[in-house]
Order: sequence, then structure tokens, then C-alpha cells
Amino acid sequence: MTGCAVAAATVAVLLPYGGGGGGRTAPVAASRTAPGARDTAVRAPATCTDPEASLRPSTADGPAVRRVKERGRLIAGVDQNSYRWGYRDPATGELSGFDIDLVRAVAKAILGDPDKVTFLAIPTNQRIPALQKGKVDIVVRTMTVNCDRVRQVAFSTAYFEAGQQVLAPKGSPVTAFDDSLRGKKVCTAKGSTGESELRREAHGASVLTVPNQLDCLVRLQLGQVDAVVTDSALAAGQAAQDPSVRLVGKPFTTESYGVAMNLRDEDLVRRVNAVLEDYRRGGGESPWMLAYRKWLAADLKGITAPPEPKYRD
Amino acid sequence: MSRAQPDPGERRAAWREGLDRLRAAATTEPGRLRVIGAALAALLVAFGGVTAWQVTSRAAAADAVVTHSQPLSADAADIYRSLADADTAAATGFLAGGREPRAVRQRYENDISVAARLLAEAAAGTDADAPAGRQIATLTEQLPVYTGLVEQARAAGRQGLPLGGAYLRYASDRMREQLLPAAQSLYVAETLRLESDYDDATAWPWAALATGVAALGALGWAQRRTYLRTHRVFNHGLVGATAAATVTLLWLTAGHGVASAGLSSSRDHGARALQVLNEARIASLQARGDESLTLVARGAVLTAEGEDAYEAGYQDEMQRLTGRVVVGERHGETDTEGLLGRARSLTGGPGRERTEAVLRDVTEWQRRHRSARAADESGYYDRALPEVIGEKNSTGEMFDRVDAGLRQALVLEQKRFRTAADDGRGALTGLAAGAAVLALLGATAAVLGVGRRLSEYR
Repeated sequence: MTGCAVAAATVAVLLPYGGGGGGRTAPVAASRTAPGARDTAVRAPATCTDPEASLRPSTADGPAVRRVKERGRLIAGVDQNSYRWGYRDPATGELSGFDIDLVRAVAKAILGDPDKVTFLAIPTNQRIPALQKGKVDIVVRTMTVNCDRVRQVAFSTAYFEAGQQVLAPKGSPVTAFDDSLRGKKVCTAKGSTGESELRREAHGASVLTVPNQLDCLVRLQLGQVDAVVTDSALAAGQAAQDPSVRLVGKPFTTESYGVAMNLRDEDLVRRVNAVLEDYRRGGGESPWMLAYRKWLAADLKGITAPPEPKYRD
Repeated sequence: MSRAQPDPGERRAAWREGLDRLRAAATTEPGRLRVIGAALAALLVAFGGVTAWQVTSRAAAADAVVTHSQPLSADAADIYRSLADADTAAATGFLAGGREPRAVRQRYENDISVAARLLAEAAAGTDADAPAGRQIATLTEQLPVYTGLVEQARAAGRQGLPLGGAYLRYASDRMREQLLPAAQSLYVAETLRLESDYDDATAWPWAALATGVAALGALGWAQRRTYLRTHRVFNHGLVGATAAATVTLLWLTAGHGVASAGLSSSRDHGARALQVLNEARIASLQARGDESLTLVARGAVLTAEGEDAYEAGYQDEMQRLTGRVVVGERHGETDTEGLLGRARSLTGGPGRERTEAVLRDVTEWQRRHRSARAADESGYYDRALPEVIGEKNSTGEMFDRVDAGLRQALVLEQKRFRTAADDGRGALTGLAAGAAVLALLGATAAVLGVGRRLSEYR
């Protein structure tokens, strides 16, 4: 993702600090000097040109991996509200989804048991503080890797690639993030990338912001808005809950999801990257593709392979 | 004014003629006596009339308190409570998912039907253009919208879609942003009407008291005049008139005093205690609703400070209930005593015992709530859920006890209100008619007494 610094700066200027939001919370200028970014083992690159580049995989135990092993449980910060990614099935009370499967794979690799996980449901704006305070070992919560965040937390290699996209009812005149939005009402989560993109270029649409991306589907079903802007991964979760809506047009941004960890936990970052290497391996029958087909393929079509990992060392 | 006015000269002449005749009459003793007799009779009749009028209007206001405005205020509180209760039951039932207990569902349905019935009744007794009428219209419009959203939430929840939770939060937002504020305004309007009826019922009948004192003064003066001129101590007629006026004045003072005391007691203890208990019940309902929604929303909605909005709401309501800490900005007031503390000092006897029991139950509720939150925040949602919606050892169990305790306290206080108000109303019984009869008797006696003196000049 080139031009990331420019994009981050633009977003930081455009976007006031918004409270919660289930969508991508855009980078915030003030958080650049956030505590926890100092005295770290893993130095963030001085100039941010490729935030997705992570540390080479390794299975050697360091202090962080030993901490998890001694505890006997992996503590993972996840979402409970993102259908197909991390959500609690009201019928069974069990957490499930693409992110949850990935957490279990990490637990299986480190502790030998995919169930030795304590899932902590953390709100969007608590993802970074929870890591910095050591409340969780890893955050797997549709979290976008970007220049601003790599100064505060360490990311694994990208495990998914998504982008902002438009969701509209089938048969709607809205066909993409373009002038077909003119005169329409568009919903997006407060503080999300979608909001800043709409603020930059609304294509003549009026914008309604709501606390959580899923609230947009409620408004759409009630006829209060004509379309939703959110990232394709979450939009797929919305489409999965309502067969009468679909993703339209192409994603108009690119966002990579990474597993976030504390900047100090270098060994854990390498270990998770090793898990991801295994996860991607196997072509069409890789664990990654199995998880994709299980959770996402129905509504997020056309993906044939996981994103390629990038390393910086 | 184009109409021809009477010639001013002619009018002045007529006026002067009358004055001259009066002056001529006043120069002779019989003439003076006639004037005095007429004035005394007029004063006594006026006293009786003003008393009857003022007492009747106070009795009507007291009747309005008991039969109209207090029940309407209580109904408005019930509408509010039913709506808040429905929202709480909807959230609790949703949390239980496919295993929604039948009792919770029935509670929700019952709340909605009670609210709808009371709204229809209130609409019948209220002018549609009055503020209360507009609130009733808003509530009647929004209630089916709300129930529709709750059903959508249930339907989505049963399919295992997180969308259900979003619908439930949206429904709850409608409830909190539109329905409950309208119900609150309705309650405030009805309670203002109650306060105004109380003010009317307990206002001192100054005009009656003043004419009474004036009549007694005039009678005293007339008797002293008679004594000075005739050296006769008693004029039976005037003495009788004085007695009648005195009895009326004492009866008025005592009757109104007792009525006022009874009504004031029903207001200070009954009606005020009922108001505070109703508010406490609503605060506990909202705390329970927030507690359930914390688990439904799962961190999806945050305050500006980044805390969970529903947990913050729960803490606010708990502070309103128990006080102790200064109440948050959300309510814009400082209240270190809390609603339950105020209810405790306003209630009496068994009502107070209930209130004290409620306070203990709330404390236990808060303890269990902390435990449930700790479990949820540690990631043990499975453990937190039964701690909130389970039948035993749950916050839900304590909420049910708090709600039942407040309901019992409300019933007891309603009785206390009715007893005190009825005692007050009883003190006015017969006063208006009695005052009228006594005043007429007094006027007759005064006329007879003066006539007796007058006959001495024939």
C-alpha cells in the first residue's frame, strides 16, 4: 500500500476522534504519542511505506510465548458482533467466525489445544489499549494494518485483504461508490474509514452515521437509508444476514487485516507469523481456504488465495 | 361610544338625592338603626355566601385530587413503568435467545397491553390539544413502531444473526429517546395538575375569614352602641347573630384546618412518597434494562469517554437509586440521599420497612452485578449470562425482588394516601351548607334584634 502516510495524514485531519464503532476505526493523529509506543523491542520503521511488512516467522520460544504457555491459555481480544468473523451465535452462545478459527489455530500451535483460549470481547476503540495494558495476548478482530497503528502495536503478516465497498438492496439504482449515490442517503459507522471516505467524496449522497456498522443494516432494512458504506469483509457479514442486499461495485480502498500484538512481544509476532504460514499452506485445501469457504465465500465471492505475506527483515 | 349618555347633571342629582335621603335617615336614631340592621344582615349573608362558595371550591379541588388528578398521575406513572418494564423484558428475553422463558415473554406482552390500555384511557380523559394530549398522541403512534422493532429483533435473534442485537438496541433507543421522554412529560403534566389541585384544596379561604371577622366586629360594635345608649347589656337578636357568626367562623377555621392538614399529609407522605417510589421503580427498571443491554450490545456502543454506554447507564441509574455518590451529569442534579433514601423518609410503617428491604436488595443486586461484569470482562460471557438472567443467584433475581418490594411499598403508600386524603375531605362535609344556614339564621337574628330596638321608637 503505497502512499499510506499521505492517506493516514489526510484521514487524521478529516476525522475527529470518534467514540465507538464496529467498523474500521481510522487512525487518530493524537495517538501518535500514545504510551506503550516507547521502550519497545520492535521498533516501528522510521518512515512508513509498507506497514503490512512484518517479522520473519520463527517457532523459538521467547518471553511472550513462555508467558502464554505458563498460563496455559491464550487470551484473545475478539469481536462478538461481526457476523462470519467473530460473533456469538445467540442460539448456542458460542463464538464463531473466520477470526475465531484463526485464534484457535494459534492456540493449537502454541498450546496444543484449540480450546485453550480465553476470548475477551473488546470494543473497537479498546483494541490498542487492551494490548498495551497486557489484558490480551493477541487481537484478532478485523483490524486493519496501517501506518498509524504500527507505531502502537505489532502486526502479524496480513491474513485478509478487504476494502471499503458499497452495500445496497438488490435492484437498487446504486451500483458502486460513484455518482449513482447522488441524492441517496448513505449510512456508515461513526469514526470508520467509510465515514472519512464519504467526507472526502460523498458523490452527492447525504450521510448518516451510527454507532456500529451493523446498525446500518437496520437502517437499510427500515428504509431510512439507501446504501451502506463499510469494508467488504463486514459488508459480507451484513449481506449474509439479509439475502435481499448485496455488495455492489469494486472495493475502492485496500485494507489488510493483521493479528495485533504488543510491540514488546516480538517472539509472539514471529510465532503467529509461523502459524499463518501453515495456515496459508496447502493451496485450495489450505486451512485458510477452508475457513474462507466456510464463513465468507457465499457473500464475498472471487477470492482464490490468501494474501501474500510481506516481511521486512 | 355613540350611544347617548344620561345627562350628567340629572345623574348627579339622582345620586345626591339618594345620599340626602340616607343622610336624613342617619340623622334620626330609627333611621340609623335601619341602616345598621341592613348592614349587619348584609355582612352576615355575605359571610355565609363567601364561606359556602370558598368551601365548595376547596371540596371540589379535594375531590379532584382523590378521584381525578392523583389517579391520572398514577396512571401516567404506570404507563411509564409499563414501557420501561417492556423494554427491560425485551432485552432479558433476547439475551436468553431461543430459550426465552415464557414468563419473560408474558411480562413483555402484559406490559405492552397495560400501556396501550392506559394510553387509551388517558386519551379519553384528556384534551387532545393540551400538552398531555400531544404526549399521548406521540406514545400511541410510537408504541406499535417499537413493538415491531422488538419482533424484528426476536426474529433475527432466533436465526442466530447478530442483526437481532442491533435491532434490539435500535428498539431500545426509540424507547429511550421517544417513548419514555413522552411518558415522562405526560407524568409531569399530570403531576402538575395534581399539585395545582392540592394548592386549590389547601389554600386558606381568606375572603370568608375576612368577612367573618368583619361581621363579628360589626356585631360587637352594634352591641356596644346599644349598651352605651340603652344600658341594656344583651340584645337577644344580636347575641344570637354573634353566636351564629362565631360558630360559623370556628367551624370554617377548624374544618378547613383539619381538611388542609389531612390533604397536606396525603400530599407530603402519600402523593410525594408515591412519586418517589414510582421514580425509584423506573430507575431500577432502567438499570435492569441497561444491565441486559450491556450483554446484548457487547461493547458495540460506547460513551464519549470510551466506556460501555449501557454499563455507564446502569451505574447512573444505581446512583439515582442509592445516592451516596453525587448523581452524574446525565440527570444534572446532586443527590447524596438517592431515591430510596428519600422514599424511606417519606414512607411510614410497613411502607418504610419495605423500602428498607428494597435498599438491602439493591445492595445485593450491585454485588452480583459486579461479579457478573467481572466474569464478562474476563471473557467469560458464558458464566456472566446466567449471573444476569438465571433464576437463582442472579442479578435478575434481585431485580425481581426490588421490583416486587417497590410495588408493595407503592400499594401501601397508595392506601395511606387515600386514608389521609379521605380524612381531609371528610372535614369539609356539611361545612358549606352549614355555613349558609347559620349565616341566614344570624342575619335573621340580627334583623330581629335591631327590629326590637326599632320598635321602641313607635
